[in-house]
Amino acid sequence: MEHWIVYLLNGLYFASFLFLTSLGLSIILGVMGILNLAHGSLFAIGAFVAAWIVGAFGDNSPLTLFLVGLLAALGVAGVVGLALETSLIRPMYKRALEYQLLITFGALLLIEDLIKMIWGGTAYYASKPFTVMGNFGIGSNQYPFYFIFAMLISMAAGIGIWMVMSKTRVGIMLRSISMDREMAQAMGIQIGKLNTLAFGMGAALAGLAGALIVPTTPALLGIGMDPLILAFIVVVLGGLGSLKGALIGSLIVGETRSIGIVFFPEIELPLLFLIAVIILVFKPEGLFGR
Amino acid sequence: MGVKNAILKPKFLVYLGCFILLLFIPRVLPVYHLILFESGITFAIMALGFNLLLRYTGLLSFGHGALFAVGAYAVGMTGKYFPELYRIEILIPVALLASFVVSAIFGFICVRHTRVFFSILALALSMVLFALLVKLYNITGGSDGIHIELPVMFGKSFEGMKRFEFLSGAYYYLLICVFAAATIIMFAIVNSPFGKALQSIRDNEVRAEMIGIRVRRYRLYAFILSGLFTGLGGAMWSFVNGHVTPEIAEWVFSGEIVYMTLLGGFMVFEGPIIGAILFTYLRLYAVSITQYWMFLIGATLIILVLLLPEGITGGFVKLVSKMRRAPSTGVAQC
Amino acid sequence: MLRVKELKKDFGKVRIIDCAAFEVRADEIVSLVGPNGAGKTTLVNLISGHILPTSGRIEFLDRNITFASPYKRIKMGVARNFQITNLFLDSSVLDNVRTCLFSVYGKIKRGILPASYYRAITQEAIEILDLFGISEKKDLTPPNLSEGDKKILDTAMAFALKSKFLLLDEPTSGVATGDKFKVMDTIVSAIRREKMACMIIEHDMDIVSDYSDRVLVLSEGVIIANGKPKEIMEQDNVKEILFGVRA
Repeated sequence: MEHWIVYLLNGLYFASFLFLTSLGLSIILGVMGILNLAHGSLFAIGAFVAAWIVGAFGDNSPLTLFLVGLLAALGVAGVVGLALETSLIRPMYKRALEYQLLITFGALLLIEDLIKMIWGGTAYYASKPFTVMGNFGIGSNQYPFYFIFAMLISMAAGIGIWMVMSKTRVGIMLRSISMDREMAQAMGIQIGKLNTLAFGMGAALAGLAGALIVPTTPALLGIGMDPLILAFIVVVLGGLGSLKGALIGSLIVGETRSIGIVFFPEIELPLLFLIAVIILVFKPEGLFGR
Repeated sequence: MGVKNAILKPKFLVYLGCFILLLFIPRVLPVYHLILFESGITFAIMALGFNLLLRYTGLLSFGHGALFAVGAYAVGMTGKYFPELYRIEILIPVALLASFVVSAIFGFICVRHTRVFFSILALALSMVLFALLVKLYNITGGSDGIHIELPVMFGKSFEGMKRFEFLSGAYYYLLICVFAAATIIMFAIVNSPFGKALQSIRDNEVRAEMIGIRVRRYRLYAFILSGLFTGLGGAMWSFVNGHVTPEIAEWVFSGEIVYMTLLGGFMVFEGPIIGAILFTYLRLYAVSITQYWMFLIGATLIILVLLLPEGITGGFVKLVSKMRRAPSTGVAQC
Repeated sequence: MLRVKELKKDFGKVRIIDCAAFEVRADEIVSLVGPNGAGKTTLVNLISGHILPTSGRIEFLDRNITFASPYKRIKMGVARNFQITNLFLDSSVLDNVRTCLFSVYGKIKRGILPASYYRAITQEAIEILDLFGISEKKDLTPPNLSEGDKKILDTAMAFALKSKFLLLDEPTSGVATGDKFKVMDTIVSAIRREKMACMIIEHDMDIVSDYSDRVLVLSEGVIIANGKPKEIMEQDNVKEILFGVRA
C-alpha cells in the first residue's frame, strides 16, 4: 500500500517540472500563437546554470547555492528568452506560422551547441542539495524532502502566475491578447511589448524547471528534448492556454509515467504518447481546450 | 498539345540532358566523392517527398527522419530475419509497404490538427519511433543498429565484392533510375488535379472544404505519398551507408531534412533536390572544420529564414526575373 | 426547390432569426434585403450549413437538410460565395476556378495526368472566366487583383460548382459602381442559362428591382415582406424599413 503512496508522490514530483515547463509553453503559445521549439533548450540552460553554480564553489552551503542557482536559472533563461524574442521572433510576426517554427527550431540548434561550447560535453552533477535535505519515512520507505521542496516551488510559481494573470493589469492584458488578438490590438494594447514579456515569462519558467531537476538528474547535453515533447503532450492534453489544463495534464502525465515505470520500465515516452494520442482521437481540442 | 509537344519543350530537354550527364558521373568522380553523391541522391528522393507536404500541401513536418528510418530499417530487418528474401526486387517493395503502414498511422494522428500542432506532433511521433528503435534492441539491434549486406540484384549476387565496387558499379545505375522515376512520378503528382487540390488546401482549407474537397482525407493521402518517397530514400540510402542506426529517426536528422529543403528552396520543384545534394557536401565540409555542427546549421537556418526564405533556387528565380526586367528605356515619354 | 419553415436562430438570449418561412422555386432569383443587422448573413449561413438553427426546418429538393454538414449540402447542390472573399491566394485565377471544376467532375480522385492536359476542363474554366470578364487575368494570383475582381472570382468559383442553388452574399459590394450592372448582368445571365435558383443578399435597390423575380425583406430577424419587387416596394412597412419614409 505504502508503495503506492510513494509512486503517487513520485508522480507528483515529476508533474512539478512538467507543470512549470508546460505552463511556460502554454503562455507563449496562448499569447503569441507560437509553438516554441526552443523551449527544451531553455530548460537545459536552466539546468546547466543551476548545476554549475552548485558545483562551482565546492561543497559549501549547498542549499544557499542552490537557491541562488534557481534564481540565476530563472534569470538567465528569461533573459535568453527576451533576447530570442526581440531579435529573431519579432521580425517573423508578419510571416506564416511555419517560419516562426523554423526560427525557434534554428534557435534550438544554436542553443544546444552554445551549451556545448560553454559547458562542454560532460555531465554536471548537483546532488548535494538533495542529500543535504535528507529523507523522511513513509511506512518502511524513505522519501526525500527534496521532492517536497520541488513541489512547493512549483506550486508557488503556479500560484504566482495565476495571481499575475488574474489580478494585475499586465496579466489581464496578456489574457485578453490570448483570447482575441485583434480585439486587444484594437483596444490599444501594446502587443509587441507584451509578447516579449510573455516569451520571457515562459522561458523563465522553463529555466526554473530545468534548475529544479538537477539535484536528481545531472545536466547533460540533450536534456531538454524530452521535456519539450512532454510539455507539448501536456499542453495538447490539457487544452491550449489553460492553466488548469496544464495542471491537470501534468498530473495525468506525471502519475502515468510514475506508475507506468513500475510495470513497463522501458516504454516511458511511447506509452505516454500513446495515451495522449488516444485522448486526442476522441477530443482533438484537449481535455479542457477551447 | 500532346505528349509530343511536351517532349520538345526546352525544360524537358534540359532534364534529359541532366539524366544523361548523371549516367557518366561514375567515370568522372573518384570513388569517395561518388559515394557521397549517391548519399545526396537518396536524400534528394527523400526531400522530394518532404516537399510534397511542405510546398504543395502547406504542412511542415519535423519528424520525417522517422519515415526515412522506416525504409532503411525495413531493408535491415529483412536482411536480418529473412535473408532468403534479400533481393532488391523484394526489398524495395517491402520498404514501400512498411513506409505505407507507418505513414498511414503517423498521418492519421497528425492531420486532424492545425498546422502548428501538426509540426510538433510529427516531431513527437518520430521521437517515439526513435525510442522504440533504441529500446527494443532484441529486434532492432538497439543503438548498434543493423549492418546492411550487399543485396542480390535481379538474380546477380555481389557476395564477396567490396562495397565501394558495388556502389560505383551496378548499384549506381539502379539508383539513378529509381531517382529519375521518383522525380517523374512526383512531378506528375504535383501537377495533377490531385496536386492542385492539395494546393488549394494549402491556400485556404475552409474554401477547399467548401468546394467539395475533404481536407483531412487529402492531407492524409499527401502524408502517405510523402512517406513513401521518404522511405524509398531511406531504403536506397541504407545500401550506400552500409549500416542503419536509430540516429536517423532522431530530431536532429529531421531538422536536417527541413534544412536541406529550405536551403535548396522549397518554392521550386527542383529546389529540394539541389538542397539535398548540396547539403551532403556542406555537412561533410563543416564537420571537418568544427565540432559545433548544430550551431552552424542553426545559425544558417536562421539566416536563411530571415534573408533568403525561398532558398537558393528561390533567390535564383528572383535574380533571373530581375535581370529580365532590367533593360528598361531610360527615356521618358513625351 | 428550397423550403424554409419556421426557422429560428438564437445566439444566447438574442433571437437573430424569428420564425422565417419562405420558398424558392427552381430557376427563381430571390433577393434578400433589409437593414444592417437584420440577420441576412445569418440566414444565408443557416441555409449553407455554416450555422445550425435553434429550431425549424430547411428542406432542399424535398430532403431535410436542417442539420446537414456544409459538405453534404454542397454535394446536394447548394453553393455560396463569401462576403469577405475566400480565395486560393497562392494559386492562379485559372487554377482557382479549374480546381472547382476538377472537384465537380471527380477528377481529383482519379486524375493522374498533369492538370493542363485536361483540355476540356481547362477550356471550360477559361470560358467561365470569360463569362465573368476576368479571363485576361487568368495567370495572376488573387493578391494581384482589384477588390472587385476578387469578388467576381469568388462568385465565379461558386458558379463553377454547377450547383442547383446559389447563395450570393453581396456579390457587387466592392465593385466600382459603374461596373455593378455589368457584373450583375454577367452573373444573372449565367444563372439563367444554367437554370439555377439563386438567393442574393443585396443593398442596392436598383439592382434588386432590375434582376430579381422576388424579394424577401428581413427586418430584425422577421420576414416582413415577400413578393415581386414592384409590389413590395409600394408597401408602407417596407418603405419605412428600407428608406426611412413614413407614410
